[in-house]
Amino acid sequence: MSTSTTAYLIRGAKPLGEEPSDILIQDGLIVALGADAIAHASAATATLIEAAGQIALPGMVDLHTHLREPGREDAETVETGTRAAAMGGFTAVHAMANSNPVADTAGVVEQVWSLGKRSGWVDVRPVGAVTVGLAGKQLSEIGAMADSRAGVRVFSDDGICVHDPLIMRRALEYVKAFDGVVAQHAQEPRLTEGAQMNEGEVSAVLGLAGWPAVAEESIIARDVLLAEHVGSRLHICHVSTAGSVEIIRWAKSRGVNVTAEVTPHHLLLTDELVKSYDPVFKVNPPLRAESDVLALRAGLADGTIDIIGTDHAPHPSEAKECEWAAAAMGMTGLETALSVVQHAMIETGLISWADFARITSTTPAAIGRVSDQGRALAVGEPANITLVDADARWIVDPFAMATKGRNSPFKGLELPGKVRTVFFHGHPTVLDGALNTPRITEGA
Amino acid sequence: MSNEPENARALAPVSARIVLSSDDIDRVITRIAHEIIEANKGTADLVLLGIPSRGFPLAQRLAQRIAATDPTLDPSAIIGQLDVTMYRDDLRHSTTRTPVPTRLPATGIDGKVVVLVDDVLYSGRTIRAALDAIADLGRPRIVRLAVLVDRGHRELPIRADHVGKNLPTATTEKVRVHLSEVDGENNNEVIIEATA
Amino acid sequence: MKHLLSTLDLSREDAIRILDIAEEMAAVGTREVKKLPALRGRTVVNLFFEDSTRTRISFEAAAKRLSADVINFSAKGSSVSKGESLKDTAQTLQAIGADAVVIRHGASGAPARLAATDWIDAPVVNAGDGTHEHPTQALLDAYTLRTHWAATHGNSALGSDLAGMRVAIVGDILHSRVARSNLWLLRTLGAEVIMVAPPTLLPHGSHAWPCTISYDLDATLAGGVDAVMMLRVQGERMHDSFFPNTREYSRLWGFDDARLAALDAQPGSETIIMHPGPMNRGLEISSAAADSPRSTVLAQVANGVAVRMAVLYLLLSGDQQRPAGL
Ligand SMILES: [Zn+2]
Repeated sequence: MSTSTTAYLIRGAKPLGEEPSDILIQDGLIVALGADAIAHASAATATLIEAAGQIALPGMVDLHTHLREPGREDAETVETGTRAAAMGGFTAVHAMANSNPVADTAGVVEQVWSLGKRSGWVDVRPVGAVTVGLAGKQLSEIGAMADSRAGVRVFSDDGICVHDPLIMRRALEYVKAFDGVVAQHAQEPRLTEGAQMNEGEVSAVLGLAGWPAVAEESIIARDVLLAEHVGSRLHICHVSTAGSVEIIRWAKSRGVNVTAEVTPHHLLLTDELVKSYDPVFKVNPPLRAESDVLALRAGLADGTIDIIGTDHAPHPSEAKECEWAAAAMGMTGLETALSVVQHAMIETGLISWADFARITSTTPAAIGRVSDQGRALAVGEPANITLVDADARWIVDPFAMATKGRNSPFKGLELPGKVRTVFFHGHPTVLDGALNTPRITEGA
Repeated sequence: MSNEPENARALAPVSARIVLSSDDIDRVITRIAHEIIEANKGTADLVLLGIPSRGFPLAQRLAQRIAATDPTLDPSAIIGQLDVTMYRDDLRHSTTRTPVPTRLPATGIDGKVVVLVDDVLYSGRTIRAALDAIADLGRPRIVRLAVLVDRGHRELPIRADHVGKNLPTATTEKVRVHLSEVDGENNNEVIIEATA
Repeated sequence: MKHLLSTLDLSREDAIRILDIAEEMAAVGTREVKKLPALRGRTVVNLFFEDSTRTRISFEAAAKRLSADVINFSAKGSSVSKGESLKDTAQTLQAIGADAVVIRHGASGAPARLAATDWIDAPVVNAGDGTHEHPTQALLDAYTLRTHWAATHGNSALGSDLAGMRVAIVGDILHSRVARSNLWLLRTLGAEVIMVAPPTLLPHGSHAWPCTISYDLDATLAGGVDAVMMLRVQGERMHDSFFPNTREYSRLWGFDDARLAALDAQPGSETIIMHPGPMNRGLEISSAAADSPRSTVLAQVANGVAVRMAVLYLLLSGDQQRPAGL
């Protein structure tokens, strides 16, 4: 039975950081706002959520999550990954296709989709692989995945670049039939053979093989031209360089249908951290220079970059307890995303909480075609709401997280902003800053 | 550098008294020089090896006194410096010591009468290290030991052949030797400091 | 000094202290009894994930001259080649009771990882990590340079630095841990450094290095240098298009007979020719250059033992609980 028949009255929260307004939730929907909420017939029996001073946001939507299941359940499962997502303020995540087996058939995406349904912490939207086995040779069954119960709209070989220009052109053309989007992991493979970290002054000192910015930028430049040529939707994953921002800005000015994402870690961390040789800072694309970080922030603030994507990439400890070159690439991010973005973008005055809602909820839901997410906090809309204590500060402890991955690069850092409560279709998955219960739906 | 336990340095002296003045040191060195010649029945085959840092200037002073009795003798030809750092038994337990050069007279030490010279004889561990160092450098006929001050408290079966002054001390006391070659002009004295 | 991982974090004072102690250690090599008891009862592990007989025997000789016990742990044919992790290997050495670990590893930063983690408590000496650093090689090169500099000026080397020296480092800078370690150390000691290489073999970020960069070896030599340090070049690099072929490399960046003759024609030139070994005769250095009186190749080998003795002595003596520097 649905648990969302219960009504909740959120008192005193500030929608998008603006004037306080009570919010009444019933049967999974927002049924009243402001003075109407307390006057509503259900208000008297509703469970009270005291949220004075907290900020009410539309539930966050991640377009870039590695849930690792099936295949790498030692790193993460749909259950643990979606718990982490809920704790981080998310109500939907897109599960990347580089599982084992690869999500390149309707069968695999439906498996992930139903695991998500069963878990009940957030909506799990599987991403389908662009090519069979991420091998970059042959298109996967894009139509079958789009038409499956998983309703896939985002296609990506993430982890690997669709580097063959002809395959990329075909993919961009083909997804048009299904209102899909190709999410490109931009990394020219020949220019990044053996690459270990950003190529620059730090790599020169550390003697680690460099990962040049041009390896990312050249692919983005090619792909925006391809997207323009074939008139398709292109999404650029985890933009990491100042040059990439420039190219995307130029493409948008030409009217190319391109969107772009940036990760929280690329908004805060630089390659100076690699000097420790601690593989917790090893990630793809690599941490870049300070000037890149500033350009990414500016690009996000001016709308060149559309969204935050966490690229949450949990790894078992042995994948990081080794020398740098042998370590896996990737960082966890779901449970720190809100705090890092608040720290890097809001506390620096670059964006408002309304912008935050756009880049973490409205736009990612629109790109992923997730119709019941990323909606306004308005009467009649699905009650996907995240309440944040923006004044709280906390010290990141990877061992206190819900994800299985202990590979947080923010370990030990003091960050602002704590997720207090998350409503997922009217059900509180997070209460008082702790996991509550999943939302049980019929048929799951 | 060998006359006191390292940890004593941190303690502030509560009283200090001079036990050998500059004149006393001169007289003592003259006497030891004569004792060395006496014991050796002359200056033949003599080599004086000073242990850094204050044993070396003492060896120089002794060599000059000995040369004064024998005009054919070049005092610089019979002295050397013996660094014992690498032979110490406390390398792990004190701050890291920097070795200083070992310099032997051109004649070497094989078959010679080597007189080790140090400022203060205390536990005997420095001399033990010096004997090991000598064994790695050659094979003297005889090794003797001359010290300015013997303060007692031996931890090894070692005794000096020539002693400037026997100085009964408590282990809580420190013996400080000042020599102008190391400690600056007109700074020649031996002091006992009591510590709290 | 708890570890020796890089010359970048070595102060001038620390570097000179190591070189000065190495002078005393070198004197031991001239004695009949070439052994000191300083590290009696201590165990030094040579942990070599990469083959390097030269470096390993140099460290082995250094440890043995200080009376330490030496365990050679070669990754080849051991559990490491069967996939054992660096962490497990380190913990095994800890359990064995290693007092110091000398590590050679193909991955840049592997020694720094050993030092930073709690896998092992022992001091770590970087004996060459990937394309990062090789600090004891730089120290022995600095020792060789200092000896030469003091001799040409009639001074004592003890306590001195390399102020006023001009040193050219020539060859595959990009892949050279020797070049990096030398750059930092020689700069710390006051020398001027000129890096000479084809642009493909210079790291992308090297414009920020405290040195002059040149593509022209002849112009550099004509400008007058006190030492020229030739780096080993792997002929296979031509397959990755770092240069067209070995003939062209050798003509433009090798120390060949013509360059030796040009140097000899410079009035009063006392320039020395250095090479960390093993040499590719005929590629980066001609036989005539390698065997000329200017060559310090063998002196470098001998100095390597003294410098490594000094490093092991400093890391293994003294109260290691104390946070003090060297
Ligand atoms: Zn990616």
